[in-house]
Amino acid sequence: MRHILSLLVENEAGALSRISGLFSARAFNIESLTVAPTEDESLSRMTIVTTGSDQIIEQITKQLNKLVDVIKVIDLNERNYIERELLLIKLDSTKIGTPQLESIVSEFKGVVIDDSDNTITIELINTGEVLDSFIDKLEKDWIFEVVRTGVSGIALGASVIKY
Amino acid sequence: METNEKLRGADIFVRSLIDEGVTHLFGYPGGAVLHIYDALYKQQEINHILVRHEQGATHAADGYARATGKPGVVLVTSGPGVTNAITGIATAYMDSIPLVVFSGQVITSMIGNDAFQEVDAIGISRPCVKHNFLVKDVKDLASTIKKAFYVAMSGRPGPVLVDIPKDVTADMCDYSYPKDIEMRSYRPVTKGHPGQIKRAIKMLMSAKKPMVYTGGGVILSDAHEELTFMTQKLGYPITNTLMGLGGYPATDKQFLGMLGMHGTYEANMAMHHCDVLLAIGARFDDRVTGDLEKFCPYARIIHIDVDPASIAKNVPVDIPIVGDVKSVLSDINKSLESQLHKIDKEAIALWWNQIHEWQKMDCLRFDRQSEKIKPQHVIETLYNLTNGDAYVTSDVGQHQMWAAQFYKFNKPRRWINSGGLGTMGFGLPAAMGVKVAHPDDTVVCISGEASLVMCIQELSTCLQYGLPVKIILLNNRYMGMVRQWQEFFYDKRYSHSYMDALPDFTKLAESFGHVGLRVEKSSDVKGALEEGLAMTDRLVLMNFITDQTENVYPMIAAGKGQHEMHLTPERELA
Repeated sequence: MRHILSLLVENEAGALSRISGLFSARAFNIESLTVAPTEDESLSRMTIVTTGSDQIIEQITKQLNKLVDVIKVIDLNERNYIERELLLIKLDSTKIGTPQLESIVSEFKGVVIDDSDNTITIELINTGEVLDSFIDKLEKDWIFEVVRTGVSGIALGASVIKY
Repeated sequence: METNEKLRGADIFVRSLIDEGVTHLFGYPGGAVLHIYDALYKQQEINHILVRHEQGATHAADGYARATGKPGVVLVTSGPGVTNAITGIATAYMDSIPLVVFSGQVITSMIGNDAFQEVDAIGISRPCVKHNFLVKDVKDLASTIKKAFYVAMSGRPGPVLVDIPKDVTADMCDYSYPKDIEMRSYRPVTKGHPGQIKRAIKMLMSAKKPMVYTGGGVILSDAHEELTFMTQKLGYPITNTLMGLGGYPATDKQFLGMLGMHGTYEANMAMHHCDVLLAIGARFDDRVTGDLEKFCPYARIIHIDVDPASIAKNVPVDIPIVGDVKSVLSDINKSLESQLHKIDKEAIALWWNQIHEWQKMDCLRFDRQSEKIKPQHVIETLYNLTNGDAYVTSDVGQHQMWAAQFYKFNKPRRWINSGGLGTMGFGLPAAMGVKVAHPDDTVVCISGEASLVMCIQELSTCLQYGLPVKIILLNNRYMGMVRQWQEFFYDKRYSHSYMDALPDFTKLAESFGHVGLRVEKSSDVKGALEEGLAMTDRLVLMNFITDQTENVYPMIAAGKGQHEMHLTPERELA
């Protein structure tokens, strides 16, 4: 099953490689990993999307907690949460009819952020699943480039993950 | 220590070690650590032991740590200094041994430039350390050293590496060594949950076929007294893992011997048939469990461990208790007395009857009439001559298993071997480290001719520092354990397991300034051991020419269940 783990880690050189190294060394799956500093610059917030049985997810959580740089690990699946991912996609505007593209973009609430040199670049923020279906709606030969950030997640309501 | 005293980085390093209470440092100099070596030259408090290879330094520090419970401290230079140390670091990591390894690094401005003797020590050690640090500023040096010792020693212990660029050891700053350290991201749990402890006691009282299974965690947390008290109060059978030997007195009647791949018949059968398993400071390693599908099929399991990640990693657990083994066991012992009347004495008596039947198998039997030297006979005789009181290190292979089976450890920290990583070459340098810590005790290294030569250079170190360890070389002219597997599983195709062109070990010992003895007849074993052990001020290498094809029994083949043991050939189980 797919799980989204949210981590608070020390914002130190090497923390990222300790965490990614743990996943490869122990043969855990990793679908995406995002990381950036928080409002407290000494802390980074990391979102990891992984898959595995309950037993494996338990091991992943425990092994992450064991790392000295990791302050907190929360499995967002254990609470209500929302996930978002940013997609930047560059398309070949010579191959797409404008009304056709406009309808897809507006259906998905995307934003055109660049329209020049026979290319059109769209920004879209949503769940990974929605981004997938947006890309599915486009013909393969329209696409020059796909850039995705990977998933960020946050718990809903009063639930706060803080040090 | 007084504050506001300006010191050079190298002096801060030395002062920090002194303030940390370090008395022994195992190391090897080189360009990146020359400032530090200069600072070491000017002081008297720390004894530096110059090894002959950095792997030897880490194993020696490891042996020192295992025998004392204090952290082992290592100093090596950058590049090859630290890569040579990696095997020893990984060895300590797998057995949760507290080491603090300091490595020199090229100057800060050169890091990443492929400078001479540069290696990414942080990157290369990351998967086999508990944690590591790169010190980029001399202001952080003392506090990083404090953190390194704290992390290495607390929670589940392990090796910590501190990489120090050369310029940091030349820079000046105010020195003060922190008294305490607080790390928001590292707070190991030590106290067991009282509710879980209560549930565990209840489950223990309900058992009809209980079994206690303990590992290296008991030794690491110095919980042997608490364990012995509890087990004897309960009257339940107990087994130790390879790493746990000495955690419970081996000559006690409740002790069933070691379990696992080369464990005793009774220990493995009792594991297989038990209905309540109390696992303490053990990690359900594959050499213990055999096929996980067939592991302890009837048991409800209680698992006490300081590392939550060790719990339910391989085997699901009914009652997990996260905490320091010593603390949890003493909590259990506090409430045990009032509960003991609930034990089903009749059921336990029946269980013991069954165990006594299994014990009649006499699974460690070997041919005592043989004229060829049987390795088991050597170790048994060594055990008798040393009253079971020697510090015994081993290398890896058949001799290690025979040592574990035939030397009965009644005390903790006496049995020192590389259980997790299985590092050949560990025995001699580890014995050296033990002898440094316990100069007045008998320290024996049981080895094989393949393992011993892997770190043979340390014979020089032993001479230089007057470390008269005793080497019991069980020389069968084979990599015995490899040969055994090839005999069983590869139709006797002994691919590259034969040790051709061996040195004359007597001359070899002599050329290093030590004593060598060669023993060829079974009847000479006792005399040779007596002679070797009597030379208390000399390192003696006793070269026993043993039966070439002796195998270690019992044996659970890989992928088999605990109840599917091979015994000696004439008594193979159906």
